[in-house]
Amino acid sequence: MVMNIITSILVMSGMVALGFAIGMLFNGIARKVVARIHNRVGPPVYQGYIDVFKLFSKKTNISHGWIFDLAALFSVGGIALTFLFLPVAGVSMLSGEGDLFLILYLIAIPALGFALGAGASGNPNAAVGMMRALMMMLAYELPIAMVIVAMMVYYNTTSLAGIVAMQSNLKWAIGIPPFLIGALVADMALQGMLMEKPFDIPLAPHEIATGPLVEFGGKHLGSIILYKMMGTVVETTLFVDLFLGGGVVLNVNQFGWFAYLVNFIVWFVLILVVFLIAVIINAVFPRFRIEQALKFYWKYDALVALFILFWIFSGVMV
Amino acid sequence: MRQEDWSKLARIMSKRSLWMVHFCTGCGAMEMPPVLTSRYDMERFGMISMATPRQADVLLVTGYLAVKTLKRLVQVYEQMRDPKYVVGFGSCTINGGMYWDSYNTIKDLSKYMPVDIYIAGCMPRPEAIIDAFLKLMDMIDKGEATGWKKYHKYYKQYKRNQKMAFSYRLDEVKDIEEGDGK
Repeated sequence: MVMNIITSILVMSGMVALGFAIGMLFNGIARKVVARIHNRVGPPVYQGYIDVFKLFSKKTNISHGWIFDLAALFSVGGIALTFLFLPVAGVSMLSGEGDLFLILYLIAIPALGFALGAGASGNPNAAVGMMRALMMMLAYELPIAMVIVAMMVYYNTTSLAGIVAMQSNLKWAIGIPPFLIGALVADMALQGMLMEKPFDIPLAPHEIATGPLVEFGGKHLGSIILYKMMGTVVETTLFVDLFLGGGVVLNVNQFGWFAYLVNFIVWFVLILVVFLIAVIINAVFPRFRIEQALKFYWKYDALVALFILFWIFSGVMV
Repeated sequence: MRQEDWSKLARIMSKRSLWMVHFCTGCGAMEMPPVLTSRYDMERFGMISMATPRQADVLLVTGYLAVKTLKRLVQVYEQMRDPKYVVGFGSCTINGGMYWDSYNTIKDLSKYMPVDIYIAGCMPRPEAIIDAFLKLMDMIDKGEATGWKKYHKYYKQYKRNQKMAFSYRLDEVKDIEEGDGK
């Protein structure tokens, strides 16, 4: 019993470390890809590791009260917890029945921690940025929630692990016509979730000096950047779990450890592809204003999502 | 791991990830866009420009400084986290440049804050700027870029010089010179 608990704690910390490592790698890959699109050389792919190391090795740390200190921990801890609740390549650490609702709530927790820190810093730019970030959450969560409800109705389960299990043997949700459109809707929402252009309105370095991040520096900024990097992994994994079968291609009961290896590689490739789509859109677009983003999500994205919801309820052609 | 090894590793890492804030006071800022964008691409050395002094490691003083501007510059410098480095841009920061006889321009920046490296020229070309940054990285690697330590050590003297520049009444200057300026 005790051995089991110790083993699962070790495996979980290993998973969280893997998530952070992949997040930092993704940061470097994104910067390299954007640089190549701009016809530049760009930084090395391991730049993310260097940046985080440097931020944690800064000598002074200016704090704005204990809420400001806790907010950094809150974001990193919250995103790590969300990652443990997601099925990664079919392996789910903490998930149980009906965990899709829980994940939708958990994904908002680190963002709220971030908001606490920004509020505690007392900078007007941070307040403007936070206002925009919360408005963006309001905007993109409506279409993605409608698509997820449609998936729950179709698969008759509220468990993300269940949805992943039903997509095994390469019966991916993206192969079903309504969910092919649904994947496009969710991908647009993902662009807002990842805060890539044209939806990087909350950060907007040239308008409001990186918004919520404005007073963060040194170790605080390091934690927030770790949260952002891990956030890319969590959000792309959620997308892959919903539409691309979570990266499960081989049955674990049949092939043993080899299946785990192949599944993790496929999961990594799939989240990389989903992330690169977001990065390539990011590299060529300017920034929306907040009301344009809200209009885009509620007028077009949510309307298509509503159409998918009706399609699934009517049960035609599925 | 010994403390020395640790700080050496920190220096090796931080020289490849210098985030800068450019304080655009004069025409020097004009040479930054080509250095940052596709032509001379500084991101390949890990250098990017940040929006606020809280996040930055390098302060670029691009061009001449009026006395009023110096007040703001000192605020920006003191907001940055240690270790921090200052790059003086163009001849204006070295000896006043073409403003050498101006009544309200700061002539020698290193009297008011520790400057790690100067770039001569009016204006310095992007090649010169990149050369200066590579030299700065080399200095950080060897542990020679210790301007921020100097600012802690000689804080009183720097503050005195700054007050001298900011004061505009003769009796104020006299008070500071006598050493009991508040």
